[in-house]
Amino acid sequence: MDLPTAETLLGSPQGEWRTVLGVRGERAFRRRLLELGFVAGTRVRVVGVAPLGDPLKLEIRHGNLSLRKAEAAGIEVGP
Amino acid sequence: MSGAENRVLVGLPRRGPPVQDRPRRVVVLGPPNTGKTSLFNRLAGTNLRVGNYPGVTVEGTSARIDLPHVGPIDLVDLPGTYSLSGRSGEERIAVDALLGRNGHALPDAVLVLCDATHLEHNLYLALQVLELSVPTLVVLNMADEATRQGVDIDLAALSERLGAPVVAVSARTGQGVDDLLPRAAGLLRAAERAAPPIAYPPAVIEAADSLDLPHRALALWALLSVEAGSEEETEDPALAARVEAARAGFDGEEDIDAAIVGARYGFIDRDLMPCVVRSRSGGRSLTDRIDAVLVHPAWGFLLFLVIMTVLFQGLFSWSDPAIGVVESLIGALADGTRAVLPDGIVEDFVADGLIAGVGSVLVFLPQILLLFLLIGLMEDSGYMARIAFLMDRIMKSVGLHGRAFVPMLSGFACAVPAVLATRTMERRRDRFLTMMVVPLTLCSARLPVYTLLIAALYPAGDQGNVPVQGLLLAGMYVFSIAVALVAAAVLGRTVLKGRNEPLLLELPPYRLPRLNTVWRMMWDRTRIFLTEAGTVILACTIILWALLAFPRMSEERAEALGPQEAAAVSLQESYGGRLGQAIEPAIAPLGFDWKIGVGLIGAFAAREVFVATMGVVYGVGGDVDETSTTLREKIRAEAHADGRPVYTPLVGFSLMVFFALACQCMSTLAAVKRETRSYRWPVFLFVYMTALAWLCSFAIYQGGRAMGLG
Ligand SMILES: Nc1nc2c(ncn2[C@@H]2O[C@H](COP(=O)(O)OP(=O)(O)OP(=O)(O)O)[C@@H](O)[C@H]2O)c(=O)[nH]1
Ligand SMILES: [Mg+2]
Repeated sequence: MDLPTAETLLGSPQGEWRTVLGVRGERAFRRRLLELGFVAGTRVRVVGVAPLGDPLKLEIRHGNLSLRKAEAAGIEVGP
Repeated sequence: MSGAENRVLVGLPRRGPPVQDRPRRVVVLGPPNTGKTSLFNRLAGTNLRVGNYPGVTVEGTSARIDLPHVGPIDLVDLPGTYSLSGRSGEERIAVDALLGRNGHALPDAVLVLCDATHLEHNLYLALQVLELSVPTLVVLNMADEATRQGVDIDLAALSERLGAPVVAVSARTGQGVDDLLPRAAGLLRAAERAAPPIAYPPAVIEAADSLDLPHRALALWALLSVEAGSEEETEDPALAARVEAARAGFDGEEDIDAAIVGARYGFIDRDLMPCVVRSRSGGRSLTDRIDAVLVHPAWGFLLFLVIMTVLFQGLFSWSDPAIGVVESLIGALADGTRAVLPDGIVEDFVADGLIAGVGSVLVFLPQILLLFLLIGLMEDSGYMARIAFLMDRIMKSVGLHGRAFVPMLSGFACAVPAVLATRTMERRRDRFLTMMVVPLTLCSARLPVYTLLIAALYPAGDQGNVPVQGLLLAGMYVFSIAVALVAAAVLGRTVLKGRNEPLLLELPPYRLPRLNTVWRMMWDRTRIFLTEAGTVILACTIILWALLAFPRMSEERAEALGPQEAAAVSLQESYGGRLGQAIEPAIAPLGFDWKIGVGLIGAFAAREVFVATMGVVYGVGGDVDETSTTLREKIRAEAHADGRPVYTPLVGFSLMVFFALACQCMSTLAAVKRETRSYRWPVFLFVYMTALAWLCSFAIYQGGRAMGLG
């Protein structure tokens, strides 16, 4: 997590589970993500990409959520 | 005013003694799409709108119910919210109703809903509510779905750990619903209850206590939600300053937002989730398998376009037989009236004014029903949310909020609810931008006009395997979307500048559409359509008929001219005819004659009036005997003085474009006025749309003529 090149959800391969380490971003949006369950330790994965290349479809806490790539780049994940 | 609100803002836990002389207030709260409205409908016997996507309900609705041994209670259905820091308009309504702010009374009890299949994140809101120590019943809805998915919940254990009663129900099947109200009644008499034992880090507790609020839950809420620029800051600047100081002085491992939210989710994951056993996990769900096809990276978009084209062609061809039936019924009615009534002005009024006018609008009932059937199916199955997912890239590129697509889609039904649906967006700029372009999407009121023109002017059936009519209609829909997107891009860079807002879209599971829900939606809109036909359109028709029928021509002159000529001259010399001729110079460059002008004047009240007016214009004095022709045929036959047809395909196209773009709907303007709380925006909307309509029709007609068409 200290590494400057921490893996983000954007870079994680489709279909593979990752663990949320932290969320970066503007406060209101970050709070929203946190409150939706993107807290440290939560398992998450990218399950698909929209046909036009954006947004992503994620699976987290047994639900499906869609997020744009720009914001997915702010979610730091680990293995 | 602000003083009272301050007191409410920080006074929540000090609930006064129960007031006997007012009905108790029980609110239904929960995350979006968890079935709050479905449950409310069951409990209150109402039939409010539900749908399988987040954000269907945007307003609170209350119903009075008589509870045995308790007396009357007010049950309140609220919009969905994920948490108590929700910032969008409809989330605020929910939060305000819970906290008793902004004119809402404090609730006496709360039914907090969770989707039993998504407790991992739905319990978050329940925890926040339980922390407030308001009498609360935790309702796990969708028990039927949970059972099917093999989700097994130990209700007793969950209830013990939460320190509050928990029930499992299904608003769809009715399971457990009968027990709910008696248990809610029990809540009203229940003793104080301890908050759930969430282990906040000491630094969080310290920050919360430094705010000096009477209740810790409220302090936590303030730490998360009161911030610079928020409504709370203006209400209570002193509190906002203390929050600011507490946040700045926070000394924990992570920042305070993550610490508070993390502690709650820690409690959910460690203490609550062990009560939930998923016996069948890992396998691909039905929803995943359907999504694998419908939002497939390669053909997902193509499939979307194919679905849309089929729907719009269907809209045309499937409703055609029914339209024919209604048309002949109305024709028969008019003929019958003529046979019964004595000749003269009364007969003219009833047959040409009332029946021809209102009838020509009613003809489109089958199509309206079908359109709403299709939209209802898309909404209640869950495909609507996927369309937003598919289209987001395009929406983003023109600066619209990702959530704007849902209002724009419902704009195809009617712009008025679509304008209300913009409340799901948090920022004023996103809301206003969406409101300014939603009226450009082809609402169902344009359908009568288009059907009339397309059926009258363009070849039916397949022309060398090209379904011209369906394509033309589908083309108008595509055109309207394109214009709306361009308008958004332009307005978003000029009048309503602003950054792009991030997207957060929940994709609900696919569900079998419920007949009742879809029927409700069809019936709702149909009722509006019929009411409008019976009031606004009827009134406009009568006024326009009167304008066109007066002054009456003298008998002698009519006889001298002969019936055909007399009718034409009488129309031309009528007040309405003169009005049409007065505006003719302005619309002649678009290819419209003064008779169309009369129709356009009426259409500015509501678009359907155009068809009604045309019914009157071409019904007036026409030879209505045994060869009673339909409006379509009359339009086809209408000719200029020199014998050229008035309605060429080019004129028809110009007219359709005009109808696509001009802002001809009083109800929409009123809704925009209500939502923006200003006259400026509706006026702007009206001016820009109508100017755009004129310019585009001008370009099309003159361009087409230059190319030798029409
Ligand atoms: N299987 C099942 N589906 C349900 C149940 N309750 C509601 N639904 C469906 O869930 C969807 C959402 O229902 P709504 O009542 O509109 O949910 P809501 O919480 O009012 O949603 P918003 O107003 O958007 O916040 C609809 O498709 C309902 O038919 C249930 O108990 N079981
Ligand atoms: Mg609802």
